[in-house]
Amino acid sequence: MPMTENGEFRPLIVAFCCNWCSYAGADLAGSSRLSYPADVKIIRVPCSGRVNPMFILRAFERGADGVIICGCHPGDCHYTSGNYFARRRMTLLFSMLDYIGVENGRTRVEWVSAAEGAKFSATMNEFVEKIKSLGENVRLGDLRCKD
Amino acid sequence: MQGLIDRLSALLSDGTVARVLGWKKGDMPYNPEPHMFETAESLKDFVYDGFCGANLSKMMIEASKLEGKTAVCLKPCDSYSFNQLIREHRVDRENAYIIGVGCRGKLDIDKARANGIKGIEEVSGTELDGPDSVSFKTIYGDKEMSYSDLLLGRCHVCKGKEHMIYDELWGESKDTADSERFDEVKALEAMSPAERFEFFKKELSKCIRCNACRNVCPACSCRKCAFDNNNFDSQQKANVDSFEEKMFHIIRAFHVAGRCTDCGECSRVCPEGIPLHLFNRKFIKDIDELYGEFQAGKDPEAQSPLTDYTFEDCEPGIVAERSNG
Amino acid sequence: MQRIGVFVCHCGTNIAATVDVKKVVELVRFEPGVVHAEDYPYMCSEVGQQKIAEAIKEKQLTGVVVCSCSPRMHEATFRNCAEKAGLNPYMVEVANIREHCSWIHKDMEEATKKAVILARAAIAKVNLNTPLQAGESPVVKRALVIGGGIAGIQTAIDIAEAGYKVDIVEKTPSIGGRMSQLDKTFPTLDCSSCILTPKMVEVSTHPNITIHTYSEVDKVSGFVGNFTVDIKKKARSVDLDKCTGCGVCQQKCPMKKVPNEFNRELNTRSAIYTPFAQAVPNVPVIDREHCLMFKTGKCGVCSKVCQAGAVDYEQQDEIITEKYGAIVVATGFDIIKLDKYDEYAYSQSPDVITSLELERIMNAAGPTNGHLERMSDHKPPKNMVFIQCVGSRCADHRGKSYCSKICCMYTAKHAMLIRDKYPDVNVTVFYIDVRTPGKNFDEFYRRAVEQYHVNYIKGQVGKVAPQPDGSLLVQGVDLIDNKQIVMNADMVVLAAAIEPNPDIRKIATMLTASIDTNNFLTEAHAKLRPVESPTAGIFLSGVTQGPKDIPETVSQAGAAAVKVIGLLAKDKLKTNPCTAKCDVMMCNGCSTCANVCPYGAITYEDQEVRGPGVREVRRVAQVNVALCQGCGACTGACPSGAMDLQGFSNRQLISEVDAICR
Repeated sequence: MPMTENGEFRPLIVAFCCNWCSYAGADLAGSSRLSYPADVKIIRVPCSGRVNPMFILRAFERGADGVIICGCHPGDCHYTSGNYFARRRMTLLFSMLDYIGVENGRTRVEWVSAAEGAKFSATMNEFVEKIKSLGENVRLGDLRCKD
Repeated sequence: MQGLIDRLSALLSDGTVARVLGWKKGDMPYNPEPHMFETAESLKDFVYDGFCGANLSKMMIEASKLEGKTAVCLKPCDSYSFNQLIREHRVDRENAYIIGVGCRGKLDIDKARANGIKGIEEVSGTELDGPDSVSFKTIYGDKEMSYSDLLLGRCHVCKGKEHMIYDELWGESKDTADSERFDEVKALEAMSPAERFEFFKKELSKCIRCNACRNVCPACSCRKCAFDNNNFDSQQKANVDSFEEKMFHIIRAFHVAGRCTDCGECSRVCPEGIPLHLFNRKFIKDIDELYGEFQAGKDPEAQSPLTDYTFEDCEPGIVAERSNG
Repeated sequence: MQRIGVFVCHCGTNIAATVDVKKVVELVRFEPGVVHAEDYPYMCSEVGQQKIAEAIKEKQLTGVVVCSCSPRMHEATFRNCAEKAGLNPYMVEVANIREHCSWIHKDMEEATKKAVILARAAIAKVNLNTPLQAGESPVVKRALVIGGGIAGIQTAIDIAEAGYKVDIVEKTPSIGGRMSQLDKTFPTLDCSSCILTPKMVEVSTHPNITIHTYSEVDKVSGFVGNFTVDIKKKARSVDLDKCTGCGVCQQKCPMKKVPNEFNRELNTRSAIYTPFAQAVPNVPVIDREHCLMFKTGKCGVCSKVCQAGAVDYEQQDEIITEKYGAIVVATGFDIIKLDKYDEYAYSQSPDVITSLELERIMNAAGPTNGHLERMSDHKPPKNMVFIQCVGSRCADHRGKSYCSKICCMYTAKHAMLIRDKYPDVNVTVFYIDVRTPGKNFDEFYRRAVEQYHVNYIKGQVGKVAPQPDGSLLVQGVDLIDNKQIVMNADMVVLAAAIEPNPDIRKIATMLTASIDTNNFLTEAHAKLRPVESPTAGIFLSGVTQGPKDIPETVSQAGAAAVKVIGLLAKDKLKTNPCTAKCDVMMCNGCSTCANVCPYGAITYEDQEVRGPGVREVRRVAQVNVALCQGCGACTGACPSGAMDLQGFSNRQLISEVDAICR
């Protein structure tokens, strides 16, 4: 279990951010010095619609404790509709993960615009807290679930 | 059944079709297998009875590429799969002559075995117009079981005996639906996450990755499966033990979400008896509830829910809201 | 195997203060493919870029990772640098260790660790990068300006003067916009229409400019250099060519009770109308909602009196389709609705007015012919109170968080004009702060205070109560003397906050231009690209980008025009090579990808496919790279994974996931 010296659980969190809104929102959080834990690592994608469910499952399989996808607000997608497809895909994927018994707090979608640096930071702080409360991701690591 | 054979051989003889895709008697009375009949004469081995559960629509992908038309026998539920394949441009409708065969539910030999019927030598009473009970001649003597007690689980939640597509119909169907389609999914949803996890852990741990589910699934019709695609880095030897196997059934179910007609073949063929349909049916239930009722294969023109959207769609947060009450 | 160079930037102390840059350099050396790693105080500087170029040549690098600020900032800089040094620009990736790391973390050890992980992810990605070649697409040498106010007019004139065709689409029956409603302008006090009208005439007679008034943008497709726009020309019911603008129809129209929008509904107009005398075009429209002919079928007076035979009740809305290389948004503003500020009694008393209403009252062509009078009894006021920041700089949900920027100055203008013309009227201004940054602005405000003795009180008004005698009781607070103030006024003028034109949301969605929480369009960069939208080919002019006064609007309109001219001057544009690509060996031809493509970039064709053990004709997906914008929606929809996105491929993204999760 990833721990710091004082025994605190430090989760591994992967954030997929669309280039046009959320990645820029994360940049704004940075330039506004609105901090959030270093546990969050951002991967830039052109659009939330680019995020394949395989990527999310892959992150979990490789030990991620939480995965968050951020995109443009509905109606504001740089590519018109990518976030709408992402919304349906992620809803169904998350529902399936919940169905097989994985804690539903480990997955999240948040719409963050380029102007919402504060929202980006607040979302990440909140998400990290949530994952910390859930602890290490043991269930989703191996769906064969062999003991 | 003789009437069906006569009709099929007439179609072959008058040149309407070049071949017939149907079922052939197996080595045992309860395991007929899909077969391509090239001549009228070969149809003597043709069979259509309660054990012909196999969905032949997927085989039409290759068959419809052949010269001349292929006659194919489709049960009502198979016709949904066929429609879905038309939607995905995987079969050539023009090269198919569809005989919509009647159905009174298909049988699960494991139900007989579970009922202590073993050493089976002969089975009778499984034909479409047969009696309400099935007779078994076994090495331990004669046994009998009612037709409905022998039905595959999927037939109890049958979508209906109407063919979605056909050129001609043969045989009378009997309704078999006597359970709610989503009862099994609902029962799981009612469990705690930890209980659900234990359930799926137990079931998925049986998987031997034989690929029978993938091979039989009409929605898994990709020329090359994503699992064999090195772009996802899932096919490599070193990963076979990890990514592919760990997430296989989840990914497979997601890939067919919005396309799966719920034909139930995956569960029927699984040698380990994993109730794989529970994944697909969960997606169908979610789609129905969140985006409006949708039955893949009903209307080949209908847009799949995953390639469609509305501005007002629910947010993914609904998953936690619903699940956590 | 790639030969990757990693370049870690200190960004002065921006990165180096929280990330141990030397340690990052040491640790990334061990990553697969890395053959070179170094750090430098400013990688984006001339010297920094030189270092990258030298390393590319000396170490025969095939890939470059720059650990620096956001790729949104300098990715293009580093890619250009690599290209000049002979490396394909798409072999360069940026690890964002400033905005996403050093600026948000305080603990050096933690930030350094994260910087290494971000670098690792970029290195893993570059290991899978392939050289990409940008394609070319032609540029349609015509611009569209949405909005015919001063911003749109100025942008259109500047573009047209450079020799390019421009179309203006204006929603209302005339161009002119908000400025045409103003009386005088600060800080020079020249008459608004006197300086606007010549521009309106210029724009209407310019051979390169086409004006579509009473029209709206209906649909936009395409991309930079090649937009296709449907413009809905609403039925004017009057033939633009036949009408002579004599105005008889308006005089004779029996329906004269229509609220006059141009005069902020302080008086009424006829159902057939031009919004104001200097309207361009000077051709009326029939307001079908109020016209008796359209409502009852019985009237037809205008048609009878029109000697030119221009009235046409049968006219239909018309959609015209045009192609444009660039689109400028100049949709301007309106003032907020005041229903949430009922303490100021705006809805209760006609003598509580907005500043824009005061502009109309002061205007010689306005509802009172320029006489300052109360709307209730048409008597001249003795005491006037101006309330500033109504809805601006508002902390709660009722108003706007921003400063509307123009109110301090126009209120000083109003106060000064009133005191000049009516010296016996007492003018009091309640303000939070007086903000006057601008050329000759503070001098202007000082004149109002010192020369015209306008009574400025620092403090807010809590309540305006209409009294039985028709006066208004104003209760406020003086924050400097720290005392309650109760005074009587005959008129109260509210400096209501300005907000972007409410149509902007719809327009922004059509243009896929991003918009901020206040509905102002977002700039590509707040400081360095203030007149461009992040969406290529979309430009911002005027208040659509943020609150502005007229001189600022005109400057920005010119700046937007220059950007448009720069674009239209090119014959071809380089297209984004990060487009979708179909692996025909894996493609099922199922059409799922085409169903989610927002650009119609995917078509199907029967193609002979050859591979190990395969030689057949298959229906496979084809991506038109000129149309594909690289969103990747198709890749997520493709069941077999045949569709991939160049530059953000499945393998690249998965390798990033793996690197982060290692």
